[in-house]
Amino acid sequence: MLLEILGLDAAYGDVPALSGVALSVEPGEIVALLGPNGAGKTTLLKAIAGLLRPRAGTVLWEGEDLGRVPSHLIVERGLALVPEGRRLFGSMTVEENLTLGAFAPRARNAQGANLERVYALFPILRERRRQIVRLLSGGQQQMVSVGRALMSSPRLLMLDEPSLGLAPLMVQAILDVLVEINRGGVAVFLVEQNVRAALTLAHRAYILETGRIVGEGGGAELLQDPHVRRAYLGPLAAPEYFVL
Amino acid sequence: MIILSQQLVLGFMIGGLYGLAAVGLSLIFGVLKVLNVAHGELIMLGGYGAYWLFALLGFDPFASLLLVVPLSLLLGLGLYCALFGFVVRTDEETRIKNSLLIGFGLALALHALAVKLWTADERGITTSYAGSVLIVGHLAIPLVRLASLAVAFALIAALHLLLTRWRWGRAIRATADDWQAALLTGIDVRRAYLLAFALGTGLAGAAGTLVSVGYSISPSIGLEWTLKALIVVVLAGLGSMFGTFVGGLFLGLAEAASAAVFGGPYREVVGLVIIFAVLVARPQGLFGAR
Repeated sequence: MLLEILGLDAAYGDVPALSGVALSVEPGEIVALLGPNGAGKTTLLKAIAGLLRPRAGTVLWEGEDLGRVPSHLIVERGLALVPEGRRLFGSMTVEENLTLGAFAPRARNAQGANLERVYALFPILRERRRQIVRLLSGGQQQMVSVGRALMSSPRLLMLDEPSLGLAPLMVQAILDVLVEINRGGVAVFLVEQNVRAALTLAHRAYILETGRIVGEGGGAELLQDPHVRRAYLGPLAAPEYFVL
Repeated sequence: MIILSQQLVLGFMIGGLYGLAAVGLSLIFGVLKVLNVAHGELIMLGGYGAYWLFALLGFDPFASLLLVVPLSLLLGLGLYCALFGFVVRTDEETRIKNSLLIGFGLALALHALAVKLWTADERGITTSYAGSVLIVGHLAIPLVRLASLAVAFALIAALHLLLTRWRWGRAIRATADDWQAALLTGIDVRRAYLLAFALGTGLAGAAGTLVSVGYSISPSIGLEWTLKALIVVVLAGLGSMFGTFVGGLFLGLAEAASAAVFGGPYREVVGLVIIFAVLVARPQGLFGAR
């Protein structure tokens, strides 16, 4: 087991955000986390990555309790988060953003090789490497954000809505890259609004509603699930901007 | 006309020190989101440090930079660990409020300490070469102040190199941009705060040394220098160290011009007018992003 979460509770002040969340990710898997806005998906990712301390419950990384690990040392363990809204270092160049992704000691030793790997995945970033990231398009910024996370040599890559606000072609490009990254042996934990696309590429998925896990299953299986179809894929669900 | 240009030359040179003072304040504010209103007092302490080294040990003030700057860095480490390290644990709005309280308290304490140690008299360092003047046409350029300007510029350039080339320098800039993203890349954000605060204090010490040699110091100059630095930070905006330095030069020139045109008493007003104009026309500052 790569990542195992047990009985996780989190809250913002008195408002509960997560209650009793349990899930797991095996090495090499693609796992999707689905759910409506405000369900607590971002909170869950933040709690795993150490940006937020949970009220109760444990996050186990290869059996080690991450609750005792200082936030900045979590990425060193092999767990990287591509945060919602990309969160780049806006005043810095593409290459500076990428090399900062290799700040942790283990990643620093592999910086050259990882940089080549990222440029191979996103050739446009090599061309733009001296540009200030604030001036890039949204899709290119998302590439930098994914690339920055890859620079840490992760074994689990977590992504929070990587397709948000991108043009359909760019969405497909990013999702394709995730599959390619996964083929290289990196497990992927994906939060995605684009339910059909997420379920198509995920091995397994969890459904989070108002802070609780209300369903789980294989990607193809959930695509046929009546509740999922009604709530996320049916004609009354939020309009999708592209169909696979 | 000669009087005006002479004033402008002098204004340009003190502007370099305004810039140096402001860069330290701007670095701390930009990274920690903490406003250290005792920055001017730290400049004052740096000045007295150089004064002591000169008066007691006969050190040349420019050479004593090599001692004053490291000592100021250490002082910065100490102040961060003792006072400001607790402030950065709160959210940004609370940080500002708490840092103002701590800063004012620190300013009062340092002022009292300086009166105790060095009395309230004005002091300055008078070296053997203090009166040397470079004559260019009708203009007289005091060599000491010219050297101070050059040192100030060299320090900004060194800081720029540190922030772009050094691993932790880049970490400091990353933390200023987005501390949560910095945490995600494995940067120990607390250490980035500590380093930025120490660097800012080191620059204050350097600025103080240069003030004590070309100008004069007294325990009460702190507030004045904090104000100048603040004006420059608002004028230049956050994010660019060279931009801040240029902002300092601009303030020096503007003060000199207004003193020459409207008379000496109006010198101090011009900075406040500039703040007002900048806030109305370009709230992000001349060189600030967004």
